[in-house]
Amino acid sequence: MDWTALTLSIRLGLLTVVLLLPIAFLVARWLAFGRFRGRGFVEALVALPLILPPTVLGYYLLVAFGRASPLGQAFEAVLGHPLVFSFEGLLLASLLVNLPFAVQPMQNALAAIPPNLRDAARCCGLSPLAAIRRVELPLALPGIATAAVLTFAHTLGEFGVVLMVGGSIPGETRTVAIAIYDRVQAFDEASAGVMALVLLTLSLVALGVTNTLARRMAHRH
Amino acid sequence: MRRRAAIPRLLHGGAATLALIAASAASGQPSPRVAHTPPAPLIAAAADLKFALDEIIVQFGRDTGESVRVTYGSSGNLARQIAQGAPYEMFLSADEQYVQWLAARHLTRGPGELYAIGRIALFAPHDSPLRPDPRLSHLARRLSDGTAGRLAIANPEHAPYGRAAEQALRSLGLWEAARPHLVLGENVAQAAQFAASGNSDGGLIAHSLALAPELRRRGSYALVPDSLHEPLRQRMVLLVGASPTAERFYEYLRAPAGRGILAGYGLTLPGE
Repeated sequence: MDWTALTLSIRLGLLTVVLLLPIAFLVARWLAFGRFRGRGFVEALVALPLILPPTVLGYYLLVAFGRASPLGQAFEAVLGHPLVFSFEGLLLASLLVNLPFAVQPMQNALAAIPPNLRDAARCCGLSPLAAIRRVELPLALPGIATAAVLTFAHTLGEFGVVLMVGGSIPGETRTVAIAIYDRVQAFDEASAGVMALVLLTLSLVALGVTNTLARRMAHRH
Repeated sequence: MRRRAAIPRLLHGGAATLALIAASAASGQPSPRVAHTPPAPLIAAAADLKFALDEIIVQFGRDTGESVRVTYGSSGNLARQIAQGAPYEMFLSADEQYVQWLAARHLTRGPGELYAIGRIALFAPHDSPLRPDPRLSHLARRLSDGTAGRLAIANPEHAPYGRAAEQALRSLGLWEAARPHLVLGENVAQAAQFAASGNSDGGLIAHSLALAPELRRRGSYALVPDSLHEPLRQRMVLLVGASPTAERFYEYLRAPAGRGILAGYGLTLPGE
């Protein structure tokens, strides 16, 4: 069992959830309530990581943030080290691949709020911010929780992008999914088996939680 | 209404707790750039060293009390990652061309040093119908009579041991016949895993891996004559920014302690 890899994965998962959820909530709100041209295009863009092969995203990240690119050089000037093959690079990749997992549950939850409730909030003189805080957030809570669980679980399992932009650096970019791959190559089936079981359990729990939340949301309406 | 008002507070509390956990997790992990004691140096090593270098690192730790962290891969991939800025301090390549390529980019400290001439071996698991022999005659027979199964090699595009395997098959006139049967590992350790898993007839892998207990337990091998492929000139080098610990590990590999373990895995230099 590679504990360094497991704590690294958990750290990556938690940071992804904390950083991505606020951004994704705003995007979800925009898509759920906004009436604008090109909404279908934006929705497709958000959903893209669901079907895009991870290696394609990995390739573009290497091109966009590699040493040869202006973006990569800017990051290197700020961070003092290149973005690729670093934890920060993994975090950025993780934010991108998890966009649909964070946005879609929240968008569905927000879209399910009856319009008259939001109208009522406005009529009662609630400011938009107060309406978000006291009406939308509480009602979208199951969606938000689903987004958090899915994002976290999916980050733990991400493999292709991590392999391409992260390499397999112990304590830096060797996540638990990569560690399993590594252990199998080292004929260490015992470790690989334990780590695979941990990921399997976490995925099952994550799906159980999401399904329960979805049912609770369906009951309420 | 009361209950509803309580929920946002709960939510904010929850979010704050989550942020706190993440922040502590983020700072709890020693970051290579801010920690007071520098973390163990990172070493990039060709996958044929997987078992030999692991053993050397343990012995190095016992002898000096210091540690290094290692990532194994195909030499070509590792060289590309180093050129792209991966934070390695030392590189052990299975093919010196990658070291020279990095040296030309001023990413190494000097030209480095040859540490072994690699050899390839035909490995077959115990229950395989394939019998390993040095000139691959049984493999040739199985290829010609259509009974051959899968044969694992490392990807010749970026793995030196895969290239040597391809050259050996070409030298024996078996390449075209073998091609439809090949499974390619990303590096030679993965090829060895494919070869030993029982899902293939066997594979052309590094002699150093065939000598490891993990593979010995699973099958038998025959050393392929080195006249059948170009020599695998394995070179190691310190990279720009190598720490004193990395320097000491480099010296350790040149010293009798390190050389002895390498020799146990068939990784020797001419005259040794």
